[in-house]
Parts: sequence; C-alpha cells; structure tokens
Amino acid sequence: MKAYKNKILVQNLITYGLVIICYIVIQALMAGGHINSLLKGILVPLCIYVILAVSLNLTVGILGELSLGHAGFMCVGAFSGAFFNHAMSETIASDQLRFVIALFIGAAVAALFGILIGIPVLRLKGDYLAIVTLAFGEIIKNVINVLYVGIDGNGFHISVKDVASLGLEADGEVIIKGAQGITGTPKTATFTIGIILVLITLFIVLNMINSRTGRAIMAIRDNRIAAESVGINITKYKLMAFSVSAALAGVAGVLYAHNLATLAATPKNFGYNMSITILVFVVLGGIGNIRGSIIAAVVLTLLPEMLRGLNDYRMLIYAIVLIVMMLMTSSPKAIEYRERILASFRKKETKREA
Amino acid sequence: MAMLEVKNLSISFGGLKAVDDFNITVEKGQLYGLIGPNGAGKTTIFNLLTGVYKPDCGRITLDGTDITGHRTAAINQAGIARTFQNIRLFKDLSVLDNVKVGLHNHYRYSTLEGIFRLPSYYRTEKAMDEKAMELLKVFDLDGEFAFKASNLPYGKQRKLEIARALATEPKLLLLDEPAAGMNPNETEELMKTIRFVRDHFDMTVLLIEHDMKLVSGICERLTVLNFGHMLAEGPTSEVLNNPQVIAAYLGE
Repeated sequence: MKAYKNKILVQNLITYGLVIICYIVIQALMAGGHINSLLKGILVPLCIYVILAVSLNLTVGILGELSLGHAGFMCVGAFSGAFFNHAMSETIASDQLRFVIALFIGAAVAALFGILIGIPVLRLKGDYLAIVTLAFGEIIKNVINVLYVGIDGNGFHISVKDVASLGLEADGEVIIKGAQGITGTPKTATFTIGIILVLITLFIVLNMINSRTGRAIMAIRDNRIAAESVGINITKYKLMAFSVSAALAGVAGVLYAHNLATLAATPKNFGYNMSITILVFVVLGGIGNIRGSIIAAVVLTLLPEMLRGLNDYRMLIYAIVLIVMMLMTSSPKAIEYRERILASFRKKETKREA
Repeated sequence: MAMLEVKNLSISFGGLKAVDDFNITVEKGQLYGLIGPNGAGKTTIFNLLTGVYKPDCGRITLDGTDITGHRTAAINQAGIARTFQNIRLFKDLSVLDNVKVGLHNHYRYSTLEGIFRLPSYYRTEKAMDEKAMELLKVFDLDGEFAFKASNLPYGKQRKLEIARALATEPKLLLLDEPAAGMNPNETEELMKTIRFVRDHFDMTVLLIEHDMKLVSGICERLTVLNFGHMLAEGPTSEVLNNPQVIAAYLGE
C-alpha cells in the first residue's frame, strides 16, 4: 500500500521537478547571455501554452469530454483581466497588485462562463459536445470584436455599435474598443510569474485528480451508468471539472493579456485554430497524461521558432515531428517497444543491486 | 416490515409491455431470486428499481420510504446497490480506487480540502483505504489492489463489482446474473460468497440468475417472470416444481 502511494507521489514530484529544472536552466542561460531575444520573447507564451494544455487535459483526459472551445475561456479570462486592470488603474496604484487581482478575476469570470456553458453543453456527448464548444469559442471571440465598453463619472457604458453610441462624458475613457480591443495594458507578466502559475496549475490539477473529487470525475469518464449506480452526482462533478478547466484557461488568458501592449480578439489568438493547437498538445502528450501535455506544449511551441532558419522546410519538419510523436505515444507497437526497453533497463538495475 | 415492496409496477417501450403489473415483497435478510427466460423483463425490473427507467405506474418502497421515480444516484443513497449483467467497472482506475468510488458518499471531504491537502484529506483517505482493503479482503482481492480493474480476470471482475456495490453500504443488493460466464467451481465459490455477504453484512439480496444450481442452492424464495408477466411466486422448491414454470422456462 505504501509503495503504491509513494509511486503516485514520486510521479507528481517528477512533474513538478521537471518544470523547476527547466526554469533554473533557462535562468542560468539567461544570466550567461546565451538566450537570444527571440527565445526570450516566447518564454511567457510557453507558460501560457503549458497552462492551457494542462487545464484542457482535465476536460479531455480526466473528464473524457472533447472540448474545442478552450480558447474561448482563455479569451474571456484575458478580457476580464485586462478590463479590471484598466478600470482599477487609478484606485490601485501598484501594477503588480492589480495583475494578481486580475488573475483571480479572470479565473472567476472564466469559471462562471464554464458553469453557464457547461449546464446545457454537458448534457451532450462526444461529437455534439465538441461542436457546441467550438461554436461557443467563436461566439465569444465575435461578441468581443464588436463590444465597446467605456467608463466615466456615471459608471460603465456598454454598446455593440461604436464609440460614439457609448455617450461618455468629457472625462470618460473607452476601455474596450471593439475590434481594436484593449490597448495599453501594463506588461506585468514575466517568465517567473508564468512558471509560478504553471506550478499552481499543476498543484490544483494533480491534487484534484488524486482526491475524492478526481476519482468521481474519472469514474464518470470510465462508466457513467456505474458511477450513477454508486451514488455519484454526475452533473455536479462534470460541471466541477469543466469549470476548473475553464478557470485555469482564464488564468492563462490574463497572463496573455498582461504580456502584450494590445489585446484584440483575432482568429489567430482566440480562434478555433488556437483551441485545436491546445488539443494537439493534449493528444500528442497522451490523453490524461499531465506531464505529457507539458512536454508536448513546450516542444511544439519551441520547434517552429527553432526552425525559423530553415525557412521553407520549417512546417515540413514540424509535421514530421507531429507524426513521430503521435506514433510514439499512441501506437500499440511503439508503446510495447518502449515498455520492453524500460523493462530491460530495470532488470539490469535490479541485477546490479543484487 | 418488508425491505423492498413493489406494487403494480409497469413500463412499456413503444407498444411493448416490458413489465406488466409486477409485484414483489422481499423481507429483510432474504435471498430472493428472480428467474425467467431471456427477454422476460428481469433486467428491466432492476433498471426500474434503480431509477434508470421511470415506471409508467406502480410504487417502489424501500424499507418504508417511497423511492418511485427518484434518480439513480439518490436511490443508491437511499440504500439500493447493484451489479450489472455486462460488467461495468471503472476500467482505467485501480481495483482499490474502484472500491473507493463506492465509498464516495460515506467518507467526505470537500474539493478544496482535497486540493490543499488539509489534515481532513489525509485522515479521510486513510480511513477510506482501510475500509476499502477490508472489503477487498472479503473478496480475496486485496493482493491485486494496485491492478487496473480491466486487467483482472473475469471472475475477479465480477467480485470487484460486488465489493464496489457493498462499499456504498446498501440495505438491498441487486445482483444481475452474477454467475454468468463462470465455470462450476467459480459458481460454487460465488454461492459461498453471496451467503457470506448476506450473513456478514446483514444484507438483503435480490438476484437474477439462469444457473439453476445457484438458484436452487441459495435462493429462499423465487419469482418467475415470462413476457413481462409474473408466472409464479413462492418458496424455491415449490416454484421449481410448478408445472407452469416447468413448461415455460425449465423444460421437461
């Protein structure tokens, strides 16, 4: 029993350790001046992708429902976080403090959307659920694209037409400017904060999986009818997994908003392409495998950047790596081969010990 | 008072009356058998009792409380646990975790306590582990607690399903063809286990079975079902010698 518990603990510690070691190595490289500005620029996005992949794995791998609208929750988090930052820019002087509160606001608003979307959507299964979440992501992006929000002495003004229709007083300020989005958010996000948020995400997701809640969620995934027959409240636990996943995507969104001068909802950053990219991380890393999601997110984000020098061959190599990773993680033959190699290593070790 | 009392239970699917005017009274501590040819409506009755289907009419009373039309999870919490004809385990969870899912409603801590690993998490998990191991020991599964449920041999999967059902601390246990696919030795062993469960856990058991050796060996009372209708009801020996039952189900 003890060995069994320790195995889970060790696995989790390896995951945390991996993130911390990566952080230390990159910090050391940066101090030595071995990292170019291009790479420096993608350190925060790297953290964002890892958080998104880990949180989507909670829905896809642990709850077992295919969601294609993860970028939608990220979008909600990004805009609510950045909006809060602007609205409070005079009340709270410290950029850092505003950023931290914005993280909570972004998470809370995304979770709220998770619950609102989840109540109708989680009644569906499989393909239907995927299509509805896909539509949700697109709707969010398009609504934000035509949304104008301003603030003046009388409070908030909301319009879906243009700036003029807000009817702001002379001292008023427009915060969300339709397709132009939110501009001038302080660039508070750093690599260190990103890594801390990755660790917090891991802490929440891994601890949740290895608890009463996680067992209930995985029981629903494995056999809904049996889970119901042992008294598990299906709706409650499905919603919980879905909204926690959404909240963490919201956190990634806030981090994203505070890493850019201009935040606009374009198809590139919050469109379904983004949702698919995150899903690719999850599928390639191994569905339900949290550490795999991290590795896949890092490798597949770094790779296109590293290959920039190869110009035309860049996407070709990216595609080949995708296929190889897919084979390595999903093909039964490859898994069998991997297990055999690992087993022979273990045998050697035990022999040496004996 | 009767543990389970069902009155005038009926359900139809389209034009087909799957169960028509079904009545049963199971006393506390009884081993009760439900038999009949394929398609007689036995599993449908289990699905009605556990809230998977809502009956068109009729009343289901468990230990004095009306549970007609309640939801499956609520019925489990009221005290009915079941196993399935085609085994339904949580196949990617460990054997231990399968039983711990069964303990879900009896050992509680909140999601936040779980995430932040507060003392209540460690205390409750420890108690859960002990209780689950105790149950696994009863079914001789304690050696395989770390196995994935899908990696267990067939007979043990059946046992694990019973262990999981018992973990929910039911008053009434429904077993849907527990001996299906078992060889005579395994069936013999299963009979012992069912008797042991009844005595050890002070359980009332209602079971569906085709294996006549098991039925005549352990059931105290029987109800025979044919095309959704009740054909006979009474003590096992009496029912099995009923000419109507022999004609419809057992054969000369």
